[in-house]
Amino acid sequence: MTGAEIVFVIVGLAGVIGAFRVVTARNVVHAALYLVIALSATAGVYLLLAAEFVAWVQILIYVGAIVILFLFGLMLTKAPIGREALDNQRRGVAFFVGAAILAGLVLLFLNAFGWDETRVDPVQGTATAVGTSIFSRFVLPFEAISFLLLAALIGAIVLSRKDDPVVRERKGGRP
Amino acid sequence: MIRLPLILIFSAILFSTGVYGVLARRNAVLVLMSIELMLNAVNINLVAFSQHLQEITGQVFALFVITVAAAEVGIGLAIVILIYRNRETINVDEVNLLKW
Repeated sequence: MTGAEIVFVIVGLAGVIGAFRVVTARNVVHAALYLVIALSATAGVYLLLAAEFVAWVQILIYVGAIVILFLFGLMLTKAPIGREALDNQRRGVAFFVGAAILAGLVLLFLNAFGWDETRVDPVQGTATAVGTSIFSRFVLPFEAISFLLLAALIGAIVLSRKDDPVVRERKGGRP
Repeated sequence: MIRLPLILIFSAILFSTGVYGVLARRNAVLVLMSIELMLNAVNINLVAFSQHLQEITGQVFALFVITVAAAEVGIGLAIVILIYRNRETINVDEVNLLKW
């Protein structure tokens, strides 16, 4: 085990524990805070892989924006506390499916890539390299994704806006 | 130097945890959080293979996936709040309007 691998295992364990707590927490706000741990550990893994730009984007977008969005979503909806209220009755089936997928993936990976011969040797991943690649080979997908973001923004505003009083009156429904 | 299977197994654990969460949770916001875990697992694989193959494209795609995830969470939470406003619940097994 090299030093980088030991650090990776520590960071990865933190991420795995955070992820487990996300899906088992009894309190939805705690689940959101454990999600921060899982996402930060992922950012740490990116840093260990020398993908620094992706790591900082992960911190900014996921930890900075998406988790806040989740907390707002929890704030605006009534969140019951307790495992029975948050989980459905198919926990055993869900556990079986998750374990089967994990076993299948691990077997597949260990078969496809030998334990000792494939190693990651991080060399690149700076903002310069990523930006050069985006604006030379992926200009069209970049524009498409900007348009997607705009569409999602407008869609979210339209969906979550309160109804027009005139429209509500015409329909005769409650607010 | 990190062994590639080590990273892949880490992402597999994250992914199957996300699958468990999607299947076991009934609160819609928690289901969305589990989907984020799965997207993160995919991103880890993209970055790991990008560094393994010495090719930056994987990281560009990881950025695209992060963007799509942000859009998805925005729309998803808007829909969840709308459902809550109309039905007073966000349990996914009680929202069965489209169920035949």
